[in-house]
Amino acid sequence: MSVLLYTENWDGKFKKVSFELASYAAKLAAEMGVSISAISLGPVEEEELTKLGNYGIPVVLSASCSNYTSLDNQAIAHAVASAAQQIGATVVILAQSNLGKAIAPRLSVKLKAGMVSGVQGLPVSLNPFTVKKMVFTGKAFANISIQTAIKVITLAPNSFGVFENPVKLTIGKFDAGLSDTDFTTRIESTNKVTGKVLLTDADIVVSAGRGLKAPENWGPIEELAALLGAGIACSRPVSDEGWRSHNEHVGQTGKIISPNLYFAFGISGAIQHLGGVSASKCIVAINKDKDAPIFEAADYGIVGDVFKVLPQLIEAVKESKS
Amino acid sequence: MNFEFTEEQLMIQQAARDYAQRELIKDVLERDAKAEFPADHIRNIAGLGFMGMMVDPKYDGSGMDTISYVLAMEELSKIDASVSVIVSVNNSLVCYGLEKFGTEEQKQKYLRPLASGKKIGAFLLSEPEAGSDATSQRTLAEDKGDYYLVNGTKNWITNANSASTYILIAQTHPDKKHKGINALIVDKDTPGISLGPHEDKMGMRSSDTHSVMFTDVKIPKANRIGDDGFGFKFAMQALEAGRIGIASQALGLASGALERSIAYSKERKAFGTIIANHQSVAFKLAEMAVKVENARNLCLKAAWLKDNHLSFGIASAMAKQYAADIAMEVTTEAVQIHGGYGYVKEYHVERLMREAKLTQIYEGTSEIQKIVISRDLLK
Amino acid sequence: MKILVLIGNVPDTTTKVKFNADKTAFDANGVQWIINPWDELALTRALELKETADSCIESIVVANVGRVETESTLRKALAVGADEAIRVDADPKDAFYVASQLAQVAIGFDLIFAGIEASDYNGAAVGGMLAELLAIQSVSAVSGIQLENGSLKINREIDGGSQTLAMNLPLLAIVQKGIAKEPRIPAMRGIMMARSKKLTVATPIEVEPLTSILSFELPAPKASCKLVAEDQAKELIRLLHEEAKVL
Repeated sequence: MSVLLYTENWDGKFKKVSFELASYAAKLAAEMGVSISAISLGPVEEEELTKLGNYGIPVVLSASCSNYTSLDNQAIAHAVASAAQQIGATVVILAQSNLGKAIAPRLSVKLKAGMVSGVQGLPVSLNPFTVKKMVFTGKAFANISIQTAIKVITLAPNSFGVFENPVKLTIGKFDAGLSDTDFTTRIESTNKVTGKVLLTDADIVVSAGRGLKAPENWGPIEELAALLGAGIACSRPVSDEGWRSHNEHVGQTGKIISPNLYFAFGISGAIQHLGGVSASKCIVAINKDKDAPIFEAADYGIVGDVFKVLPQLIEAVKESKS
Repeated sequence: MNFEFTEEQLMIQQAARDYAQRELIKDVLERDAKAEFPADHIRNIAGLGFMGMMVDPKYDGSGMDTISYVLAMEELSKIDASVSVIVSVNNSLVCYGLEKFGTEEQKQKYLRPLASGKKIGAFLLSEPEAGSDATSQRTLAEDKGDYYLVNGTKNWITNANSASTYILIAQTHPDKKHKGINALIVDKDTPGISLGPHEDKMGMRSSDTHSVMFTDVKIPKANRIGDDGFGFKFAMQALEAGRIGIASQALGLASGALERSIAYSKERKAFGTIIANHQSVAFKLAEMAVKVENARNLCLKAAWLKDNHLSFGIASAMAKQYAADIAMEVTTEAVQIHGGYGYVKEYHVERLMREAKLTQIYEGTSEIQKIVISRDLLK
Repeated sequence: MKILVLIGNVPDTTTKVKFNADKTAFDANGVQWIINPWDELALTRALELKETADSCIESIVVANVGRVETESTLRKALAVGADEAIRVDADPKDAFYVASQLAQVAIGFDLIFAGIEASDYNGAAVGGMLAELLAIQSVSAVSGIQLENGSLKINREIDGGSQTLAMNLPLLAIVQKGIAKEPRIPAMRGIMMARSKKLTVATPIEVEPLTSILSFELPAPKASCKLVAEDQAKELIRLLHEEAKVL
């Protein structure tokens, strides 16, 4: 019996979500009284792998083959499944990320394991193994039990937190027995978003809606986001109009995010928008319409002109930093 | 009795709703302000089949029933009555009459492009001296052997500029009074036709309304609909069908105003609670809802009679008179519920109110409908 | 080539979510059902691909797992242009159950589209499971797809950017927003034709679900919003620091 977590890396580096996953897995393994291992696929330096030890991971299996960087779904699912079989994992944990969402269902079938995605925090009960997740796009939660011997879950970002818990880490080499021909995903080009905080990884998200009136008015939003180290998001009308990329659209049909702090500038807060952000820990709304539904969902609010409030907020953040 | 809609009817209702709420809403305020004809929207909804909804597919129509037409008209009118009046005139005045009474050649030549929406039609009945009184037509269509020579002026013509095909009602035998009237199919670009200025209307501002002047216009005899002197009967039958369209339009204005009022009442707060919790508002909403439901039932009843080839003239007059009158009442109450916001354009209800007024006036005023209904009661 | 688009039947996105008295089942009373928004976008893109000039696509088939009342959702897909539909006649029990049923009918397709998740249970699982059951390659978070001379170009989002991929067929593409601009509105001609298009009802196979929903909860009502005056941005930052402790 053992817990396995799949730690994704980006260009050989772990991100916050990997450490949250590690913290979560360590806690879960402790509660279950079982051992724990991580699997890392693709080239990651020893020094980087060692960081997992800070969050309670004693063993990491590392397959450093560079083929994995193509994020080939079949190959990665195969590798994680073989690692799970090798260590006799009963719980396999992945991040609720683009990659995690792609791999978990394939693992579920391979391991004949029941799967739940977007799990919020630790299981509600271990026997039966029951986890809580958001359903109806944030309008409700469901408690779901997994009946199979092996369980596959993906953890909703920011639903557990990062906790340091240093242990000695052993790095083991891992070979899933794949050959080059098993990797059929061919990357022609990659467009990396650099210098920006990932929306799904961000602790703070600064978001704006149609209240900003025109795409050229996003300057202060970008400035505030840069100051706070925040990700930038927008409402659906804004991405539909082509003012901002659809990558930034949060809401029921866009990205579903759960940062610690979500700023909504000039967003009225249609039910479809709230579906994508309601899991945020703290929502701050700035809107000229005091009856806008966003204030129903918000923790803090300013009824006022976004164009007046934005520069003041920027000043206030600068001041608080100095 | 069966109050259930079919799957197709619901799909058409949804299609109309999707188009209206996704596309028409985007520029409706701007088109209202600028009195701009919605040419792109008409092309788009023609592609979806809305311009010849009830015409047989063999004439490039959509082959749907009148119930679907009521549902579609209601949805379009909730957002944009200027678009829906263009749809209504083309469907129930122009296409309906052409399909029912036109010759095969006329249908091939004129109905097909109208039913597919490639062209738009207009119905020319009203005159400066005769609005709703269709019996006294001053526009003359003199019989010149193989053509009619037309002289006169038509007023308040919806689609006058955007239409390519006119259905013209004109007098050939003044001595025979209404039995001397003919209905003629007229190509708008026939020499001798000129338009008056664009009417600067209170509502439905993006539909183009003009007067149309005829000076020695030659119309081939082959373009006459029905026998000599059939024009008045033709016009009356077309208007009976047209009333279902306008009644459904009025219904949509009312139900659109009701929907906006419900949403607003649940958001807007006064005295520490949402205004929907104030009985004065809640009761208003209840009264509005009953009126809307009554109007809807009258529209659907008239449509059902028409679909079942039963006499629907009185039912459509009742639907038109009632729906138009309650549209005025309901939109006025909607403005009241919205308070100050109701009086500014951004909240739409003031526009719905301006548009509702026209439904009491055109295609037979509410008073004319009462004449039709009472004459039937007292005959 | 043949394309399969998986169709989920979900409550309209504006539905107020309610549950039965003991909170064990969704209360479907008065709910309006729609095509899962992501599936609808997938279908839209499939139709666009079929309509391109040098299209080599013979047919687009849509499939779901559901009872007879879900057929109107399938017919909507037919009305916007899908060529035929398959309904596996069963209540969807969990993602594995649904994927296993679909695996029986998803035979002979070169390209399969699945939405990245469904707006009801947000499982994000059926597409990946189906790919594994069929032992075919999958790409997730697909935001663009092009077919050029029979070769497949895929844009996918990765955490931290996007990539263009060249992929072989067969493939299961798990699509998200961006794959198509807007879902199509069915034309009346399409609505009429939907009546006569083939809709096959398939018998379900015996499969045990792997998970089960024990109960539902509604989120706790939020405390009311604390308002700060328009010129008190500083105070807001202080509150976020000291009270909410999120800065």
